[in-house]
Amino acid sequence: PGVPQGSAPVTSLLSLAVTSEQIEHLHRRFKQLSQDQLTIRKENFDSIPDLEFNPIRGKIVHAFFDKRNLRQESDGLAEEINFEDFLTIMSYFRPIEMNMDEEQLDRFRKEKLKFLFHMYDSDHDGKITLQEYRNVVEELLSGNPHLEKESARSIADGAMMEAASICVGQMGPDQVYEGITFEDFLKMWQGIDIETKMHVRFLNVDTIAHCY
Amino acid sequence: GQRSSESPKNSNESFAIVSFKWDHVKEPYIIVLWILVASLAKIVFHLSHKVTRVVPESALLIVLGLFLGGIVWAADHLASFSLTPTVFFFYLLPPIVLDAGYFMPNRLFFGNLGSILLYAVIGTIWNAATTGLSLYGVYLTGIMGELQSGLLDFLLFGSLIAAVDPVAVLAVFEEVHVNEVLFIIVFGESLLNDAVTVVLYNVFDSFVAIGPTNVTGIECLKGIVSFFVVSLGGTLVGIFFAFLLSLVSRFTKHVRIIEPGFVFIISYLSYLTAEMLSLSAILAITFCGICCQKYVTANISEQSSTTVRYTMKMLASGAETIIFMFLGISAVDPDIWDWNTAFILLTLLFISVYRVIGVIIQTWILNRYRTVQLEIIDQVVMSYGGLRGAVAFALVALLDEHKVRERKLFVSTTIIVVFFTVIFQGLTIKPLVQWLKVKKTEHREPKLNEKLHGRAFDHILSAIEDISGQIGHHYLRDKWSNFDRKYLRKILMRRSAQKSRDQILNVFHELNLKDAISYVAEGERRGSLAFIRSPSTDNMVNVDFSTPLPSTVESSVSYLLREKAGPVCLDMQALEQRRKSIRDTEDTLAHHTLQQYLYKPRQEHKHLYSRHEIMHSEDDKQDKEIFHRTMRKRLESFKSTKLGINHSKKLNKIHKRDRGQKRRNSSVIPNGNIPSENPVQDFALKEKDLEFSESEENNDYETLHLGKGVDFLANVTKQNFSDSPAGIDNPVFSADDDQSIYMKFSPWLSGEDTVVPSQRARVQLPYSPDNFKRLTPIRLSNKSTDSFLLADGPEDRPRSFLPESTHM
Repeated sequence: PGVPQGSAPVTSLLSLAVTSEQIEHLHRRFKQLSQDQLTIRKENFDSIPDLEFNPIRGKIVHAFFDKRNLRQESDGLAEEINFEDFLTIMSYFRPIEMNMDEEQLDRFRKEKLKFLFHMYDSDHDGKITLQEYRNVVEELLSGNPHLEKESARSIADGAMMEAASICVGQMGPDQVYEGITFEDFLKMWQGIDIETKMHVRFLNVDTIAHCY
Repeated sequence: GQRSSESPKNSNESFAIVSFKWDHVKEPYIIVLWILVASLAKIVFHLSHKVTRVVPESALLIVLGLFLGGIVWAADHLASFSLTPTVFFFYLLPPIVLDAGYFMPNRLFFGNLGSILLYAVIGTIWNAATTGLSLYGVYLTGIMGELQSGLLDFLLFGSLIAAVDPVAVLAVFEEVHVNEVLFIIVFGESLLNDAVTVVLYNVFDSFVAIGPTNVTGIECLKGIVSFFVVSLGGTLVGIFFAFLLSLVSRFTKHVRIIEPGFVFIISYLSYLTAEMLSLSAILAITFCGICCQKYVTANISEQSSTTVRYTMKMLASGAETIIFMFLGISAVDPDIWDWNTAFILLTLLFISVYRVIGVIIQTWILNRYRTVQLEIIDQVVMSYGGLRGAVAFALVALLDEHKVRERKLFVSTTIIVVFFTVIFQGLTIKPLVQWLKVKKTEHREPKLNEKLHGRAFDHILSAIEDISGQIGHHYLRDKWSNFDRKYLRKILMRRSAQKSRDQILNVFHELNLKDAISYVAEGERRGSLAFIRSPSTDNMVNVDFSTPLPSTVESSVSYLLREKAGPVCLDMQALEQRRKSIRDTEDTLAHHTLQQYLYKPRQEHKHLYSRHEIMHSEDDKQDKEIFHRTMRKRLESFKSTKLGINHSKKLNKIHKRDRGQKRRNSSVIPNGNIPSENPVQDFALKEKDLEFSESEENNDYETLHLGKGVDFLANVTKQNFSDSPAGIDNPVFSADDDQSIYMKFSPWLSGEDTVVPSQRARVQLPYSPDNFKRLTPIRLSNKSTDSFLLADGPEDRPRSFLPESTHM
């Protein structure tokens, strides 16, 4: 369910199941990042020192502004996001709770995977094509100076093939594998516990790393 | 042995030809004999699968030990053998712990370090205190009768019986296969609790010695301080020696033979040094193993790495076997037995109950901080898996009779406890785990996608941590790997090893290698395997890139991999050459591995190849079958990749030459599209393959097959092209053309937008063999290598694959 724009912050956000403590903490952080403005833009993320060394920084920051992640109907990139949006993105990373039932868990999982999918699918067409995949892999491996682009490319190719074999199995004679759709993506992740891997502990509420 | 031939009364006046010198060899002989017995016992145990599935090996060994001890006792009335603490601590325990440390999954270990430390430290202290105090309490009530022990003795006993034993845990959990998190917690606890155990034991031991009255607050304080010193000191010693070991391994390039030795020697030295400084030796050798693994494995050669691995496993396994057997033997010694029912039963009760309570409380605390929660089932397994073992026994054997009056009782109790946990709990834990449906480890093949996404996660999560301003797990890990990359690697790793070896690349490399090997093995099995040779010497790639279409070049993964990343190369020459390059080790491995599969038996009698004659022989029929199948399969997969349509051009460019060491009667030389530099002398083949069509498979196959020098793939491609529904007529394969193209079907050649199922995916194609008989891979003559090396003559020499040229 989309969170309506501009609605009252805390109460609706509690539906995101982030505790109020955490919300406060994140709010503080938001203010720090936005320099006390109401919204943040992409440039504000530059002020985080450690983020610089992250190879897929671009995609991650992009993900914050991706309208699909912000649960808005439209497509494309938002110019700026407010605190509510910020929280929405953060909520993708909340850990599972013990009291979730099957259906909730499933939805949870799908949400997280969808976030991931949007990160890979940069042109928003609902499919991860080989080129996009290559892009991702190149970025991922760009941190390692000794790994060159071609190798990254080959790896991407190999991975894509693997994905194809998982998703489509044996392909028919004239089939061409267009790209990984979200269903395929789900299939790829079937055996793996993404819920336990994709979350951040919101613990140390006092240790705020500083921006410049 | 024989007596001397003369019969001397007192002295040997004459020369004794042979003599029986038992005393001379007695000690080593007995030791070796016991080792032999233990090992033979292992063999016997594993003869029966039914038994080993139910009963853990450790239990069997203990029983065997009891049995043997009984024999020795009956024979001699003298318990001459027992597990002495010295032997245990100096020779038997280090290999096991080193093995554990060296193969410790670091990421998992450090990821759960908090939990592990909590259980190891707090848990052990809790166990020791509660057990000791409870026993003392019960003693005070008089149920136990008269014992000459005071509070301190009970506490001492509590401290040595409280510790979970790494040897026992390993032995039992190895066969149970619980999920990795659970395993690492229990196992990590058993390793790290050594510090606590050592400290507690020493503290109480000395307290007992100095007498209860002299125990003051200062002493207690010293005890607490010593805990930190012992544990941190031991760890530092371990880290120091790990550093030393990694550094040494950096320079051992020219002494490869003794490389493995360094690992063992320096690790053992860390153990002894810590022991010398009265620090925790187990922690030292554990951390030595943990810290050095990455650098050492990167530095030493592949063979040395294998040697290290196998030797370590052998030593560890052997030591474990001996330990359990001797635990059994040592029990058969009436001297040590002193029975006190209440004491023994209560001990058993207390350690179990308090362990459960301890686990529950600690888990409750932990779950508030852990991302992956530990559920009830995990807690059950953890409590139940808290086995006591030989460490407790050795510690109790070390007790001084004079200081601790009730030593005998303690020893007996310890033995009973150890036997109970190892045998009873060991036996029942497997059914328990199954009954509780504990999550098991999933052994999956490493998928490239998983690795990639795993890496993506790491980065994403660290970014989120950064953005949200947390100092989290990922943040720390990131920092560490940056530090490692900047400084540690430069010091500790060989220059050649510093580059590359990204984990993802490793997986990719492995998968490709597997693909290549399976491809080759299959081809070998089907009896036709051509070698893919590169036409140009200087390129050393097995793909011809003298033709344009840069996109082809780029997209050829095999080329790229070879040049940059890692070899997926069936090209012997390239492999040979690269052996001299910096990545010699891995290449040699690839070379050797592939070499195993790439040689075929020389068949001298079949020289003549005739198009019209079908030579009937057993082999041929088989081969034909297999060939059939291969073709069909290749065809299917091939078709699915639309290669015919878009990429024929590319394929043309790729040609490999057959370096024929097969009896190449019919082999062709490659050279696809390019106006042949080499006049092809392809007698039989050309006719054959070109008329290829499915219906004619039979004839063609067998004739082709007789040639045995054919790359079946090439034929498939030809077939495909000629049959291609799209009607593409690949000029290369036009009927007049007397060339065939050898092509390794490299999926990656498919280029930009199509995705081709991986080799492995294709191999999994179901098909029903008709008369499937496997050809066992047979080695070629010894000189096979030569043929390859020799064959690397000037590349443009036309290869006429006449029989003579295939001589090796």
